[in-house]
Amino acid sequence: MLRRTLNRWLGRDERRVDSRNICVGHRSSSNNEAFIPPKFCDNRIVSSKYTVWNFLPKNLFEQFRRIANFYFLIIFLVQVIVDTPTSPVTSGLPLFFVITVTAIKQGYEDWLRHKADNEVNKYPVTVLEQGRRVRKESEKIKVGDVLEVDEDETFPCDLILLQSSRDDDTCFVTTASLDGESNHKTHYTVPDTEKDLESLNATIECEQPQPDLYKFVGRMHIYKADQEPAVRSLGPENLLLKGSTLKNTQTICGVAIYTGMETKMALNYQGKSQKRSAVEKSINAFLLVYLCILVSKALVCTTLKYVWQNKPGQDEPWYNEKTQREKDTNLYLKMFTDFLSFMVLFNFIIPVSMYVTVEMQKFLGSFFITWDKDFFDPEIKEGALVNTSDLNEELGQVEYVFTDKTGTLTQNNMEFIECCIDGFQYKYQDAGTDLDGFCVTDGPANKVQHKAGREKEELFLRALCLCHTVQVKESPEQGQGQRDGLMDHVDGLGVDGEGLHPPPQEQRGFIASSPDEVALVKGAMRYGFTFLGFESKTMKILTRDNDVERYELLHVLNFDPVRRRMSVIVRSKSGDTLLFCKGADSSIFPRVRQEEVERIRMNVERNATEGYRTLCVAYKYLNAEEYAQADAGLREARLALQDREEKLMAVYNQVETGMSLIGATAVEDRLQEEAAETMEALQGAGMKVWVLTGDKMETAKSTCYACRLFQRNTELLELTVRTLEDGGRRREERLHELLVEYHKKAVQDAPPVKAGVTRAWSSANHDYGFIIDGATLSMVLNSSSESNSSRYKNLFLQICQNCTSVLCCRMAPLQKAQIVKMVKNSKGSPITLSIGDGANDVSMILEAHVGIGIKGKEGRQAVRNSDYAIPKLKHLKKLLLAHGHLYYVRIAHLVQYFFYKNLCFILPQFLYQFFCGYSQQPLYDAAYLTMYNICFTSMPILAYSLLEQHICMEVLLDNATLYRGIAKNGMLRWGPFFYWTLLGVFHGLLFFFGVRYLFGNPALQDNGQVFGNWSYGTIVFTVLVFTVTLKLALDTRHWTWINHFVIWGSLAFYVFFSFFWGGIIWPFLKQQRLYFVFANMLSSVSAWLVIILLILLSLLPEILLVVFRKPRGPHAGQMKPVHSSAGGHQSPRSSARPLLMRTFSDESNTVI
Amino acid sequence: MMASSYNAKEEDANHPGAANHAGAGVVKSKKPDNTAFKQQRLPAWQPILTAGTVLPAFFVIGLIFIPIGIGLYVTSNNIKEFEIDYTGANIDNPCYNCAKNFSWNSTAQCVCAVTFTLEQPFESNVFMYYGLSNFYQNHRRYVKSRDDSQLNGDRSALTNPSKECEPYRRSEGSPIAPCGAIANSLFNDTLQLYHIDSNGTLNEIPLVKKGIAWWTDKHVKFRNPGGNNNLTVAFQGTSKPVNWKKPVFELDPEDPENNGFINEDFIVWMRTAALPTFRKLYRIIQKKPSTTPTLPSGKYVLNVTYNYPVLSFDGRKRMILSTISWMGGKNPFLGIAYITVGSICFFLGVVLLIIHHKYDNRNNSADIPN
Repeated sequence: MLRRTLNRWLGRDERRVDSRNICVGHRSSSNNEAFIPPKFCDNRIVSSKYTVWNFLPKNLFEQFRRIANFYFLIIFLVQVIVDTPTSPVTSGLPLFFVITVTAIKQGYEDWLRHKADNEVNKYPVTVLEQGRRVRKESEKIKVGDVLEVDEDETFPCDLILLQSSRDDDTCFVTTASLDGESNHKTHYTVPDTEKDLESLNATIECEQPQPDLYKFVGRMHIYKADQEPAVRSLGPENLLLKGSTLKNTQTICGVAIYTGMETKMALNYQGKSQKRSAVEKSINAFLLVYLCILVSKALVCTTLKYVWQNKPGQDEPWYNEKTQREKDTNLYLKMFTDFLSFMVLFNFIIPVSMYVTVEMQKFLGSFFITWDKDFFDPEIKEGALVNTSDLNEELGQVEYVFTDKTGTLTQNNMEFIECCIDGFQYKYQDAGTDLDGFCVTDGPANKVQHKAGREKEELFLRALCLCHTVQVKESPEQGQGQRDGLMDHVDGLGVDGEGLHPPPQEQRGFIASSPDEVALVKGAMRYGFTFLGFESKTMKILTRDNDVERYELLHVLNFDPVRRRMSVIVRSKSGDTLLFCKGADSSIFPRVRQEEVERIRMNVERNATEGYRTLCVAYKYLNAEEYAQADAGLREARLALQDREEKLMAVYNQVETGMSLIGATAVEDRLQEEAAETMEALQGAGMKVWVLTGDKMETAKSTCYACRLFQRNTELLELTVRTLEDGGRRREERLHELLVEYHKKAVQDAPPVKAGVTRAWSSANHDYGFIIDGATLSMVLNSSSESNSSRYKNLFLQICQNCTSVLCCRMAPLQKAQIVKMVKNSKGSPITLSIGDGANDVSMILEAHVGIGIKGKEGRQAVRNSDYAIPKLKHLKKLLLAHGHLYYVRIAHLVQYFFYKNLCFILPQFLYQFFCGYSQQPLYDAAYLTMYNICFTSMPILAYSLLEQHICMEVLLDNATLYRGIAKNGMLRWGPFFYWTLLGVFHGLLFFFGVRYLFGNPALQDNGQVFGNWSYGTIVFTVLVFTVTLKLALDTRHWTWINHFVIWGSLAFYVFFSFFWGGIIWPFLKQQRLYFVFANMLSSVSAWLVIILLILLSLLPEILLVVFRKPRGPHAGQMKPVHSSAGGHQSPRSSARPLLMRTFSDESNTVI
Repeated sequence: MMASSYNAKEEDANHPGAANHAGAGVVKSKKPDNTAFKQQRLPAWQPILTAGTVLPAFFVIGLIFIPIGIGLYVTSNNIKEFEIDYTGANIDNPCYNCAKNFSWNSTAQCVCAVTFTLEQPFESNVFMYYGLSNFYQNHRRYVKSRDDSQLNGDRSALTNPSKECEPYRRSEGSPIAPCGAIANSLFNDTLQLYHIDSNGTLNEIPLVKKGIAWWTDKHVKFRNPGGNNNLTVAFQGTSKPVNWKKPVFELDPEDPENNGFINEDFIVWMRTAALPTFRKLYRIIQKKPSTTPTLPSGKYVLNVTYNYPVLSFDGRKRMILSTISWMGGKNPFLGIAYITVGSICFFLGVVLLIIHHKYDNRNNSADIPN
């Protein structure tokens, strides 16, 4: 920690210079004579927090920073300093226990970190020093060292790739341990560096370390004797990150530029912000109430004590004189210490053990999620993953679900369905009769017979083959190529033996970061154009006529989500320079000649409504002059150190103009398994589902229909660029108009909304769906005038809250987070959940209360940043409806029960003060005080909170409506809290006064002997332990053998302990208070009778309540359908179901 | 969190080979075990408390509790108890003078005689209690003011009592045995009971002072230092509690088994009472072998040697004669409580039965049109 802050400190100093200069191989260049090698940090990774000597103070300090621990420490110190009724042991022991356990756990974790650090730091690496290979420990690497890394080795620090053993100057890495993406990524050597690294004389100028894994700008100056220094731009494609692994490449050499804690990997592992659950907030509120109770109790007692003492003869009767010290103490000081003593006496009302139990419950409880075999996906062979156990109960409280579309609702398993070339529709048919595998199907445009010209066709297919960043996976040994863990991104595509295609040379697999590209390349392959791979900047394709064509790849204009397109510039053998561009229709159409657009647009729109992902393909010939200009522009922009992105973007936009449209593709993205059922269940559970996608509206809308988020009778309110432009007026005005109109429709005309639970039902009378796109959203959120902005936002929110589902399309990742944040902070601060699978969902996953990652195809970033990760969308249903519901019920009960049991534990002690002259005499023995929360009553509630299923899982899954019962923190609101508090007070009063009346005559034994104060306390305590445990037993609806064991076991343990504790004269005790008290108590029939009576009387209201509630249980169960059919919702829905099914089964031919 | 995930990543990174080659093995172990516990499918008993199961319970509770309550009530009522206040707070009380003239220093003993009449004869063993009111034996300062190891015969504690005993720890330089406020305030009135028979003679009633303390206290918890022989020597070097008239080894000079720390009066006193109004067992009047009642009805005289002042803190002293049943002394509370709870249960059972019945009908009728 210290080291890190120090580093950061130093880092800040360095940052004043916004770039760092590095001499490759520490050879100072001739040009910079006065070059002083700057100090960089070494390559030691320090993730451990403690060292042996600072562990104790530092760990203790950190632990006592927690408010609860600090409170107990204060209580303990008060007990040590002031003469208090209970010995410091009573609060010291539990505190010591908690602190020790935490310290051991943290110490162990830190030891593991030390071990891991050591392993990394001592890992041997090869450094090239003056032409010699030197083996060094990883931690000795200095910035500027030239390292050699072999295949399958991990890079020890961030390197600039200088040399690769591959002849095309590339190398492959996987970043599986960095962001989880297990595909091979290509990295390039710095162009035109000398092969002989020894004579390389260069400096690297690069930015200061920053955590973004995908951004890097730098410049390399190469000094050659008697030549102008050459400058090469460095980008993320030249940077090998620490933590990634070299693949498919024998060996590489690179120069270290960021080391140790400055590597991007280390910078990325700085803790995520802590999310706190609503339950925790409730606990804190309850704690405050109990703190008030505690303080007021102490105040009341202190006041009464001094009032009472004022009566003559009471303060200091002859039989009970004060000590000299007491007499000397100042009155006010005495009052204060009395107050403190009362605080100490009653402090058990706020139990230290609750924190421990809650933590244990969360920690252990989260295992049930990882253990659940229903979450196990046989495809990826993984189950659910729990990244944080703090939010288990939040899963039962979700009100808004924000879901990504691609990869979440849909499988992200792309399949090329059809294409449209020059306005003609081509659909591939498996058993194609057509000789060339092409088949023209019925297009709606009645152009059945016509085909686009062969030339156009081939141009289109060439474009598909060239315009991508796909790698061909090399599989040196036939058939064994798939042995390693690359399977999920490699689609082994055996060219099927139809004989129509060129004979398969080998198993061909493609690797790409986006599955769309693979689908397109494979689609082109089906039409006879096979991409054979790169050969040092040359792309080879196999045409339909079995010719191998070579194209020189000049530039790749990378895809980015803002432009929503990518391009390549290639030079064909004939010397033509061509630009192929593919991208979303909205980004392509404005950049092509308009006359071509109409023919294609129709197809694109039709495909989009069918739920396909469409891409448009365009091309343009570049003449030499144009190319030279573009080339220069690109090179310049790539070399820029500042604002490289912006400059590149400008050049890209400039180049990608005036293209001509060739065609469009349609790629199908199948719905996830049970996506519709899951969504329906979520909506049934009262959650609002919002789809946030970057995809275009039509595609997203059809997905929504397919997922039954929109129903046939759903009225769609659309707020998109299209509707805004309809009016033909200014967008702002139109926006305002539409918002007001929709607001009127959805909010004002809707039936008056009752409390949250019924809302969805009542508004379900008329379902509204709301659609908004990114551009309009940014208009709503960032309206020109301030006043409008907040008003629009309000209107927008209100509309959304009254719609059953909302679809936000064309969203940028940040906008997704913006929406989540807006809903999160809206009135009533609803609990939000985000679910997504890709890097673009990370922001919303982090923003929402609960972030769920899907272990999908778009890498592992979402999973890494999520709180929970599940393999499939369908698992969400069980995670929320079953696990979430149960966790919430369990922990809510746990919290309430804890407060209850401590209230009725301490209340008799408080009441006893009225009978002992407010002298802070404890009612119970110190052993009982200490053990009550630790041993006697802790295990049953822990077992309950881990195992309880008040409703069994199947029922929870079948009846999604049950989820509504606990919505809005239903079990931890003030109502239930007061009920439990009241119950605690009732029990406390009963225990105390029941025994008090029994002690009206303390001669309770049949030999006439009398009981004293410790017998009194023991009887109360026995009643207490039994009642509190049996109360829990009454609440337990799911009795496993563990519950039986723990409940009856802890009662038996109490009895056993009491015998044991009272059976021996303990030499270490000053007073043998309980000597044979328990045994004597049991020998008294009256004591038995009063214990039984009080236990029964305490539980009577509970039983009554169960009985009175029970008639309502079946009643509600039977009446619900009746009620809802009267409400006119369920029946139309269910009667509409077959109709809907039919319509969708028609549609599903195309959609699913 | 950060650290642990960091760890995992590091380990992955360090064994790249393992991740690839042993991929299948790693993957296999990831599949969750299909055990009942891990799948939360442990066989479970799921009791559902319905009116049907609870109603009989109510009736049963009622039917059990009411007889018990009646039994308890009758038993308690059959116990004979007689109580007389001899504090002397009022001028018409025979002990008024003793109470008024009390002084710690006077060596002369003030004796007063209280006469009373027992309306009914007391059968079997009669237990004689003294009762104190407004005496806070449960005051914290008081409760902790004792040294149990000293009372257990520990020699070092005898000469060096615990600090808890302050300010009754040392007197005039030597340690007090027994130390502490509880011991210091030992109840030291002497009560003697005489029966006035028909011809006016006083017959002293023999009071047994054994068996009034808990057996374990008498035999284990309390022990004299150095056994029971020659207590004078054993207690040498200690001084008596300041308010005592005689040292601890003279509490009962006649009976060595009842002297010193194991004096039963002392042990009874040392068991601090729970409430400020309490009674403690003083003597037992053993049942006579003949058929005559232990205490026949008639006039009695209670001779009090008045040593114990209570008026200074507005306290009261009582003498109680009581017979004992299996449930202890007279206390109608338990009987009444049992009868009440039993009746409530029974009543509730009836009410619930009616509601349940009515509700069932309505429910059935509601179901029909459905």
